[in-house]
Amino acid sequence: MITVDSLSVTYGRFTAVDDVSFTARPGRVTGFLGPNGAGKSTTMRVMVGLTRPTHGSASISGRPYAELPNPGLEVGVLLDASAQHAGRTGREILTLAQRTMGLPSARVDQMLQRVSLTGSEADRRVRNYSLGMRQRLGIATALIGDPEVLILDEPANGLDPAGIRWMRDLLREYADQGGTVLLSSHLLHEIEVIADDLVVIGNGRIVAQGTKADLLAAAGTVVRAANPLVLVTELERTGVTVSLSPDGTVRTDADPAHVGQVALSAGIALTELRSADSAGLEEMFLELTAESQREGAAA
Amino acid sequence: MSATTATLEREVPRARTRPAPAPIPTSRIVGVELRKMFDTRSGFWLMMSVGIIAVLATAATLVFAPRDELSYGSFAGAIGVPMTIILPMIAVLAVTSEWSQRAGLTTFTLVPHRGRVIAAKVAATLLVGVVSIAIAFAVGAVGNVAGSAIAGVSTTWDISLGNAATIFLGDALGMLMGFTLGVLIRNSPGAIVGYFVYALVLPVALEPLAAYQHWFRDHRGWLDFNFASAALYDGGLSGTEWAQIAVSGFVWLVLPLAIGLRLVLRSEVK
Repeated sequence: MITVDSLSVTYGRFTAVDDVSFTARPGRVTGFLGPNGAGKSTTMRVMVGLTRPTHGSASISGRPYAELPNPGLEVGVLLDASAQHAGRTGREILTLAQRTMGLPSARVDQMLQRVSLTGSEADRRVRNYSLGMRQRLGIATALIGDPEVLILDEPANGLDPAGIRWMRDLLREYADQGGTVLLSSHLLHEIEVIADDLVVIGNGRIVAQGTKADLLAAAGTVVRAANPLVLVTELERTGVTVSLSPDGTVRTDADPAHVGQVALSAGIALTELRSADSAGLEEMFLELTAESQREGAAA
Repeated sequence: MSATTATLEREVPRARTRPAPAPIPTSRIVGVELRKMFDTRSGFWLMMSVGIIAVLATAATLVFAPRDELSYGSFAGAIGVPMTIILPMIAVLAVTSEWSQRAGLTTFTLVPHRGRVIAAKVAATLLVGVVSIAIAFAVGAVGNVAGSAIAGVSTTWDISLGNAATIFLGDALGMLMGFTLGVLIRNSPGAIVGYFVYALVLPVALEPLAAYQHWFRDHRGWLDFNFASAALYDGGLSGTEWAQIAVSGFVWLVLPLAIGLRLVLRSEVK
């Protein structure tokens, strides 16, 4: 379990993280979402003791990270796959982690296999690795101590579609076995597919948190009909907020059941009716972080 | 609601109760830090260069030194000068690569006590220093035996054990100076340039000052650590010379090292 308690980090007059509190629970994948520069990485660095908090604290399984006797065995950390000595081979980097943690040397080859790095790739120097290979190596370093908590900053970056699927399955399995997974991403689709819980951060502040199901349920419904204008009128009559896109898509805060009922009683034939889930996360993300978006109010 | 259902449907995660792991022993951290000094091509060849330069300097002494001046001192001197440059470089890079190559992100996450990591680096660096100097003395000894045999003169051993010890101390202080610049600057090129300024540029720059300012010339040993510690290579130091090393060393080495360590412990690792 990871607990972050009223955490703030300020640099001079700039506040990077502003009173952030959340908990990542065992058995669940917690997605940490936010636009670039929102404070995700800073928060994660505080968790593992690389950055000092100005105020508040973070703890892993109830203890501050620095008090863990052999952190690699309890927390797997991947903050930046590129932060490695470019002149070391992948195998050597894993070996350094294995030795620091005091693990048997056979673990190195096991982990290389687990993340699908071949022997010849492992013997290449990291300077010649693609970003995807670095991510795999970083995941191997995080997993080698068989920790019960994983903290991963943008682990899907640079992975090909098969790699992303692999990562997703790996993390799912990990959480299902009782592990705590916290992963940050700005790849909304990835987070939506894998996360159980969401923490959305913008401008250093938490703008939303909760289970994915709860947060997306608030996202409403997307509906299409042969005659959208009639549908909009009927829906508005029931007192829900409705918007009509130029392409004829109707969006509403109401849940799909309500929309279906309204359409049925008004005799409107629907061509599509779904919960706004798939578009929902993106909508929610843009809306919640609108103030902190570089592009201005994108929502 | 649906969230609750989702949690219930999934298998209840089995509680993982494990024994608390044993703390990482310091010897293991020193071992890892030592390994890091050799496991890149540049690191490996920097280490190899200690032996290579010892052999080259010995060979050069054999070829170029006047036959009647062949002695252990001439070999040790020829090997010693390049050694005073290489050993501090080894010390600089042991520290700065964590920042310049950003490997510190992993290092300080696996061992979340930077003081322990830095102490292990000092130990590993000094260990390398001891072995390097031992190799240098050994190669020099072989050169001395071979040289006197070739020249047909008697072999002269003109470095006392005490002098060997002060030479080692001089090299160790040089390494600590490199280490200090490493923790202070935390950037490989910057710290290396810093060391060259300290070891090569500053002495030249201070020379005119010493030539024209009597006050500075008379008190240089108390002010100029590089100048004061140079006496270690000649051996037979007086009490005053030891005191000068201690006083100037406090200003040039101990204070900056303390500041550097404080920066390392407090700074953000990115």
